[in-house]
Order: sequence, then C-alpha cells, then structure tokens
Amino acid sequence: MQLPSSQEIIEDLEFFDDWEQKYQYIIDLGKALPRLDDAQKTPERLVKGCQSSVWLVISMDGDKIHFEVDSDAVIVHGLLALVMAAYNDKTPAEITAFDIDEYFEALDLERHITPTRGNGLRAIVGKIQHLAAQHGG
Amino acid sequence: MSFDVAAIRAEFPILSQTVDGKPLVYLDNGATTQKPQVVIDSLVDFYTQCNANVHRGAHQLSDEATRRYENARDQVARFINAANRNEVIWTSGTTEGINLVAKGLAQQLEAGDEVVVTEMEHHANLVTWQQACLQSGATLRVAPIFDNGELDLETFRAYLGPNTRMVAFPHVSNALGTVNPVKELTAMAKAYGALVLVDGAQGIAHGDVDVQALGCDFYAFSGHKVFGPTGIGVLWGKQAVLENWPVWLTGGEMIADVTYQNATWGALPNRLEAGTPNIAGAIGLGRALEWFSQLDVAAVQAHEKALIDSAMTQAADIQGMRLIGTAQNKIGILSFVMDSAHPADIGFILDRQGIAIRTGDNCAQPLMHRLGINGTARASFSLYNTLDEVSAFFAGLRKAQTMLG
Repeated sequence: MQLPSSQEIIEDLEFFDDWEQKYQYIIDLGKALPRLDDAQKTPERLVKGCQSSVWLVISMDGDKIHFEVDSDAVIVHGLLALVMAAYNDKTPAEITAFDIDEYFEALDLERHITPTRGNGLRAIVGKIQHLAAQHGG
Repeated sequence: MSFDVAAIRAEFPILSQTVDGKPLVYLDNGATTQKPQVVIDSLVDFYTQCNANVHRGAHQLSDEATRRYENARDQVARFINAANRNEVIWTSGTTEGINLVAKGLAQQLEAGDEVVVTEMEHHANLVTWQQACLQSGATLRVAPIFDNGELDLETFRAYLGPNTRMVAFPHVSNALGTVNPVKELTAMAKAYGALVLVDGAQGIAHGDVDVQALGCDFYAFSGHKVFGPTGIGVLWGKQAVLENWPVWLTGGEMIADVTYQNATWGALPNRLEAGTPNIAGAIGLGRALEWFSQLDVAAVQAHEKALIDSAMTQAADIQGMRLIGTAQNKIGILSFVMDSAHPADIGFILDRQGIAIRTGDNCAQPLMHRLGINGTARASFSLYNTLDEVSAFFAGLRKAQTMLG
C-alpha cells in the first residue's frame, strides 16, 4: 500500500463511522509506513515519550526534507504515517504553511496530538516544524 | 456493617459519565482516585462560606477557616492513629513529603553513611534519596526484589548495618501491587537505629494504616489517591523526630521571630509548613478520610481482594498476557505486558471503549529495566470498582488483541 496524501487520508477517514474501522485504517497506514533498521534507532534520534518512543531520521533531498520514522507502538506508528503524509518530502516553506492542528482536527484525532499525550507525537511535530523554520520555511 | 458497591458508586458523580458514548470504566486509581460528592461539597462550601487565610485574620471568616482547617488535621491524625495532631504536616503530596525528609537528611549525612531503598521504588522515593546521597557523599543501597515483585527480605536485612541512617520503601508498590511487610522491615531497620520512611502513596487508600503500630518514623501520602483533592498531602512523622528536623522551606507560617539578620522557627506543625497552605485541599482531604473511615474496612478490603482475584484469574485465560508483579500479598494493581501489543496500543484501544488505564514506565524506570521491560499497561482498582468492570476490562483487552494482532 502506497502512503496516501494528507487530503486522501482526510477523505478516507470521513468514510468510517465507527472508531474500530478508523483505528484499523490507522494501523494499516502504519503497516504501509516503512520501519527503521535497528541500527538506525540511535539514542540521538530517539524522541522518548513516557508511554511510547519514536525515532526520527532526517535527510535533505534537494530543497525537500526527507524523514524516516519509527515507533515501538503500532497505533503511534500509524499516527506517524498521518504526520508523514503531511510533512514528508516537502519543502521547509510547505511544512511551515501546513496547519497540522487543523489537519488533526479534520481527522478527529486531535486528542492524540495534544501535548499531554506522552507518545512523542507532539514532540516529533515540534521537531519537524523547528527544522523547517531553521531552513527558512 | 457491610459493603454495597452500588451505593458507594452513587456517591461518586464522575463514575456515571460516559466516554464516547460508553460507560466510563475507571481503572486508573493508582494514578488518582475519584472524589465522592461530600468531598466536592466540602471544597465548594469552603469557598462559598468561609474562604479566608488561616491563623492570622482578626475576623470571623478567618476563625471559621482556621477551625475547619485544623479540624482536618485532627481527622488525619485520627485516620492514621497519630499519637499527636502536631505530627501531621501538610504537604502538596507524597513527593513533597519525601523531599522534606530527604532535604533535611542530606544536611546530616556524610561519607560512610548509608541509605537503603528497594528496587521497586517510584521515582519519588528513589531520586530524592539518590540526590541526598550524591550531595552528601553517602551511599545509596538498593535492596533487590525477586522476579515476582516481592522484596528479598534476607538481602534487605543484609544491606542494613550500623552505618544505615535511613531506610525508605513503599507500603504498596505502584507498579507491581506488592504489599510490603512494613512492620517487619521497620523492625529490621530499627535494630540498627536507622530512621524509616514509608512511601504510603499507594497504601493509604486500602485502609487501616496505623502509624504507631507500623513503628516507622515517617509516613507520606497524597490526598488525591485517597478520595481527596489534588495538591494536598500529609507527611506524618514522630514528634520527637520532626521537632528537630531541619526546615526545608522558610517564610510565612513557620516563623516565630524574625530580625533582618536572623529568624527562629515556630513549633510543630507550623515549623515545617511554610507559606499559606492549601486550606481548601486540607479540608477536602479531612472530609475524604472521615468519609472513608465510615466504611467497613474489612468489607472494603474483601471487595478489593475479590476484584484483584478476579482479575488474576481472568488474566490466566488471556493468551500472551504476562503479569508483572505476582507477589503473594498484592493489592489493587494489575500490571502486564502482551506478547503481541505495545502497552500504549492497548491503552489506545481500551480508551476508545471507555476504559481508563495507565500505560508506560509507571514512574519507575529503574524497576522496569530491572524487570527487562520498557513499561507496562496497568489497571488499578479502587473500592468503587465492580466485578463487572473487571470483566469489561478483559472484554476490552480481547478486542485490543484482535485489532492489534
């Protein structure tokens, strides 16, 4: 399964009327998102939450920023896929222009990205936004 | 007296809530307990009837606030059977209580002294002593547990000696549910004249804490884990120990006389209570303990035992579920990991079904490492939980397994 765009994800999720289908979709998205090799999961790439951990690998691809991510939790990995659909292989300006809060609200998943959730997602989003700003976005 | 769980539940307004249209199944009581209406009312009554600062006002409101506030201290003293109301020191919670003791101890420790804790500590009862030892050059000794979560009593005893100044351990482990033999451990420490602090955060809500019978020097707990408000807690200490304990926070209530260059401290309990206290919180906690005392403790404990027994039995039928903490004497807490699912994933799926649990390292990272895991999912029970809720939890868990498998 190819990772859909953020707009496609919003449309897909609108389709489901119960949470089980929604979460199944997120889990499946996570399965479509490649995992990191263990060797790539270095401490400096680790964004530790108190409930689950995520890893973020950053590289530049021309004027675009390329991310590789992983999580030890399946649903968090799926949520990372949502974030990747929004941010991966975009220019810093595109990243900065993207309204992630509106996106998560549209997905009806904003609960998962609040700072109080110790899953590392908010921290990842913050890191990506900071990186984009540093690159003039 | 007997115990009617339906009647108890009716006293807790939050428990009739729904989450995403499903009845709330609140199994995160180790983190905080819910509040009965009488406790909520006591807070509202305070702010609507007699809000004023305590001990200093020259007016009727302040007198009434002081009366209720000091009455709450009496309620705490009765609840834990303190020899004296002056032994009840208000804190913001267990963590502050332990810090008050540890900061004072750090001033007295020197190289060669030893502090003994256990491998099952919550960070609040580990980092405090660890830092006191780092500051003073004293040695921290960490008494080991067995793989089932019970303390290794023989090794614990062997770790004690003439250099032991302080021994600190939990009454009940927040991550494992292990109930420690507090009296026995205290007696071992007292054989060497060491001070003993019991972290009562998880012990207080299960009833019949008698600090005089335990024999320890300090017992610290939080109000919010025993049906009271957040931001209030108690450090109980023996009067003879507290009287000379170094003050940690200065200013406000704790002062006797002050010049620009010097100050003297007031008498207990005020000497260890700097600043305007959490007056409403103290009153709410007093009310919570009074409410709790009216219950039949033996019946409450029998009910809680039935809950954990049912959970342990049902857990045995879930494939790939491994319990973390299987001590003989265990209460209130079911920590576990699953072969096929991360604790955070389990938490997500249970949450969508209205079932509230905790996931993660349980504020006990070294303990998690000791057990070879990163964290657990933890269901924790209180007296208002029902056997039906325990079964609902396992139904929810089965669904999580199916979805995540």
